[in-house]
Formats: sequence, structure tokens, C-alpha cells
Amino acid sequence: MSLSLLIFILIAIATLGSAAVALALKNIIRAALLLVVSWVGIAAFYLWADAQFVAFAQVLVYVGAISMVVLFGVVLTRRAPVSVVDTTVTPSMRAVAGVASAGLVALAVVWGILGTELPQTSSRAAAPVVNMRALGLELMGQYAAAILIVGALLTVALLGSVVVASHEEKLMKNEK
Amino acid sequence: MSALHLCLIFSTLLFALGLAAALSRSNAILVLLGVELMLNAANINFIAFWRFSPQFASNPHAGVIFAIFSIAVAAAEAAVGLALIIAVYRHYKNVRLQDADQLKG
Repeated sequence: MSLSLLIFILIAIATLGSAAVALALKNIIRAALLLVVSWVGIAAFYLWADAQFVAFAQVLVYVGAISMVVLFGVVLTRRAPVSVVDTTVTPSMRAVAGVASAGLVALAVVWGILGTELPQTSSRAAAPVVNMRALGLELMGQYAAAILIVGALLTVALLGSVVVASHEEKLMKNEK
Repeated sequence: MSALHLCLIFSTLLFALGLAAALSRSNAILVLLGVELMLNAANINFIAFWRFSPQFASNPHAGVIFAIFSIAVAAAEAAVGLALIIAVYRHYKNVRLQDADQLKG
């Protein structure tokens, strides 16, 4: 077993383990913090796969920003003095059906993957070289329209979320 | 079994974890985190196919750029999702999805 494969397996175990524990926990703040560990594991996977820029984007966006947004959401929606928000896994048919259908999806997809012939380029030397300068030039040239659209999408989405989350009492009074 | 197989199985398991959380948890924030995990699994697939596909010479940056745009859209989705959860909480004083059962505002 090569060192690269060993590192990949360690990253995969850390990511999947922390995600699985996080999504089964009752305490939602602990779940959010464990999911941050899982996102760091995914960033480590990107580093392993020689996609440094995506790894940094993952750390900035998920570990930095989305985790903070999620923690704010947890704090804003917690019921007054109770320290542990009631997030018990419903012991219903719904939980069993959800886990069972997710397991079936995983089984079907893994079965499909194992039955597919994929290109055998596992050598580390074959890594495509990502030149930061060339990446920036491509984003400003060939993908300029896409990056403008993403900028507009982010602006509209953030403004829309402010409108959705803000108080509507004044609007209601004006309508009356 | 090649490295690409292993990466695809890794992302499949992550996707299944996210799907299980989104289907079986009743806290809206955990459901949103499950959806985020599924999106992350898709990004892992982009990077895995970019890294281990033999014909990257034609456009060496396409996979990276696709993953970056996907992360940007995921950020927008998380912001809108949390705003919706806060709106639901203000209306029902709760984030249990079973309690949010009306379409009336």
C-alpha cells in the first residue's frame, strides 16, 4: 500500500466519521462544529488531489463563512433558556425510511462504480499543473461571463436572504 | 481498483450520509447541513474526475474552475437556506420541520 493511498484512506475515514457522528448527535452546536472538521477533511482531500486553489476556497467558504452562518442560525433559532435544543432523531418510521433509502442509494451507486471501467491514471506524477496566473487569466478571459453571473447570483441571493429574514411587521402595518 | 474508484466511493458515502441526514432529521438546520454535505460530495467528484482523467491536457483548468463556481453557488444556497430557516422560526417559534405544515403566511 503506497503512502498516497494511506493518506487518502485516513482523510476519508476522518471526513466520513466526523460527518456521520455530527449528523447523529443531539446537540446541534456540537454537530455544526463536527461538520467543520468534516469540511476541513474535504479541503485536505483537495490538497491530496493537487487542487490547492479549490482547497483554499473550501477553507475560506465552508470552514470560515458557512460555519459561522450556521452557528448564527443555531443561536438565533434556539428556544430561550434551554441549552440543548431538542433535535432528537425522531424514532419514527420516517427516520428508518430515510436511513434505509440513503443506504440503498449508496449501495446502488457503489455497485455501479465498481462495475465501471475507469481510466487507470493513479500515478502521482501525472498531476495536471495548475498555474495560478493561468487560472486567473482564464477566469478573466474564457470564463468572464460565468464569473460575472456568479457575482450577480451571490448579490441577489444575499439581498434576498436579508429580505426573507428581516422583520415584516412594518410592511404589514403599511398594508393595513 | 484505481484511485478514481476510491474517490468516487468516498464521495458516494458522503452523499449517502447527507441524504440520510436530510431525510431523517427533523431539525431544519441539520437538514440544510445534510444538503450542504451532498453538494460537497458533488464537488469531490468534480475534482476526482479532473485529477484522474487522462485527457486533461486539452483544458487543464476546467475541473478546478467548475469546482470553484460550484462552491460559490453552495455559499449562496447556504445563505438563502438559513434565511428561510429564520423566517420559519419567526413564524412558528420552532425549527422542527413537522411543525411547519402550512402554506399560509
